[in-house]
This record gives sequence, C-alpha cells and structure tokens, in this order.
Amino acid sequence: MNWLPLWIACGVLTFAIRYSFIALEGRYRPPGWFIRWLPFVPIAALTALVAPEVLLVAGKLSLGIDNPRLWAALVAIFVATVWRNTLLTIASGFVALGLLRWLV
Amino acid sequence: MTPAAAFLLGVRALLPMLLGVAPFGVIYGVVALQSGIPALAAFLMSSLVFAGSAQFLLAQLVGAGAPALLSIGAVGLINLRHALYSASVAPVLHVLPRRWKLLLAYLLTDEAYAAAIPHLLAAPKSPMAHWILFGSGFALWAGWQLSTLTGVLIGAQLPSDLGLDFALPLTFIAIVVPLIDSRARLIAALTAGAAALLLVALPYKTGLFAAALSGMGAGALAQGRKKR
Repeated sequence: MNWLPLWIACGVLTFAIRYSFIALEGRYRPPGWFIRWLPFVPIAALTALVAPEVLLVAGKLSLGIDNPRLWAALVAIFVATVWRNTLLTIASGFVALGLLRWLV
Repeated sequence: MTPAAAFLLGVRALLPMLLGVAPFGVIYGVVALQSGIPALAAFLMSSLVFAGSAQFLLAQLVGAGAPALLSIGAVGLINLRHALYSASVAPVLHVLPRRWKLLLAYLLTDEAYAAAIPHLLAAPKSPMAHWILFGSGFALWAGWQLSTLTGVLIGAQLPSDLGLDFALPLTFIAIVVPLIDSRARLIAALTAGAAALLLVALPYKTGLFAAALSGMGAGALAQGRKKR
C-alpha cells in the first residue's frame, strides 16, 4: 500500500479547505448574503455537531430516560444559561450523566 | 495582553476538550492498526491530515481497499465544514503575514475554532487575536499527536463506556449557549440542530455542513425580518 502520497493528497486537500477563505480575504468579496450569514457560523456549526451527539442513540432519535446524555446535556444548557461558566457547565454535565447512569 | 498571555488563554480554553479528544485519538491509533496500516503511517496521518473523523474514515477506507480518489473525495467532503470556519476567522487574520495564515489554517479544527471564537468575537480587532487561535490550535494538535501515538504504541483497548467523549458536546454547549443572545441566534441554533438530526444519514457527514448552512440562513433571515 502506497500510503504516503495518499496521506499527502488528503492533507493538502484538508489544508486547502481550511486556508480557502483566509487566503481569499481582501482579494475577493463574497456575495452580500454570505456576509450576512457568516456571524451565525459558530452557533450553527457547533449546534449541528452537538445535536446528534446528545439526541441520537445508535442513529435513532431517543428522548426517553434511557438516553442519559440528553438529560445531562439539558442540565448543562441550564447551567450555561444561568452561570455562563465553561468549567461549571462541563462539570455539571458530567455529574448529571454520572447520577443518571447510577440511578437509572 | 502579551502574546504569551493570549497563547495561554487559547490553550486554557481548549484544555477541557482534550478530555474527550484524547480517548478518541487513542482509539484512532488502535483502529488504524487494525485496518492494516503500519504504525508509522498511522501516526504520520495525524500530522499530515490532522482531522479526527476524516482520519477514522480514511483508515477504514484504506483498510477496505477503496480506490485512492474515492478516499480523497470522502476526506474532502467530511472536512468541508472547515471552509465555514475559514470564512469566519478570515477577517481577524487578514492583516497577518502569510506564514501566520498558513500556520493557523493548518491548525483550524472544530475544537480550536470553538475554543477561540468567543474570544475572537469579543475582541476581533485585538492585535493578539491570532495568538489565542494559535494557543487553541497548538494545544489540540499536541494532544492529538500524543494520544494517537499512545494508541499506535500501546494498541490497548480503552474501556469505551467511561463517557469521557461527552466532554466535547459539553464544551460546545458551554461555548454556544452564552453566544445565543438574540432571537435570530436562537433560531439559527434550533434550525441547525434540527437539520443535523434530519440529515444525519447523508454520507460522509455532509449533513453537518448542510445543517450548519441552513442554521446560518435561518438566522440571517430572522435578523433581516427584524430590521425591516
């Protein structure tokens, strides 16, 4: 297996994707709608990463008590809303997950 | 703020995520070896490609004897969402010399972006913004290299139900929730989350990219309505 050229090709492509808009900045002006969409990147992208992690179990929507990650995530969302503290949010999520697993 | 202080701020913002990333890196090392990839190749993929879920997929595709072009295409699709991060940080990095742009683009992952973006949004004009992103990017890079090396060398299976991988969604929650300070932003989050669930079956995680775009569009639309 000739892995080195394949790794390099995949690495160059990944890098090109990450460099794309950083390289273009100032030389190319994206359309207006795209500029209006941009401020929503962190919220939309990170929520899209989180939702399947906490709402799906083995690829299926799971809203019951048998999905402790969902309830632990809701506790974390509540703590984050009230206290806006990163470490407290993470700790509360883990404590809630541990308690739920122990109880259920 | 000094460069060192900004760098450490970025490192500190990323540290909790290493709880989730390190087991993932160890498992990658094990999975890559099981796919028949030599130890050195498995480890070097972590610096040459440097993209968690894409590395899992690439290892599995190579193990299954997939054609090179298909593997490259799949890696490109999985990493497409990074173009959004690139567009998001581009204005902040605009004034930097090219070597900084190259370095920070190489380090631009989900985790580094998530850890740095609240600080970049708070002070986009700060002359130290790139040091924060560098700190987050470097911390994730070092953690990823060390954990994949551990997986490749030790090859032992970690107990998989420790639940440490939950650190990543929890950290993203801790970052996203305080950013939701308007109706438009709430709509963007809810739309992106719902779309991610609906599109989860799309191949090569393209559903993530589509879900992020739909959330962005919904947020912009809601904001536009309000202004008119």
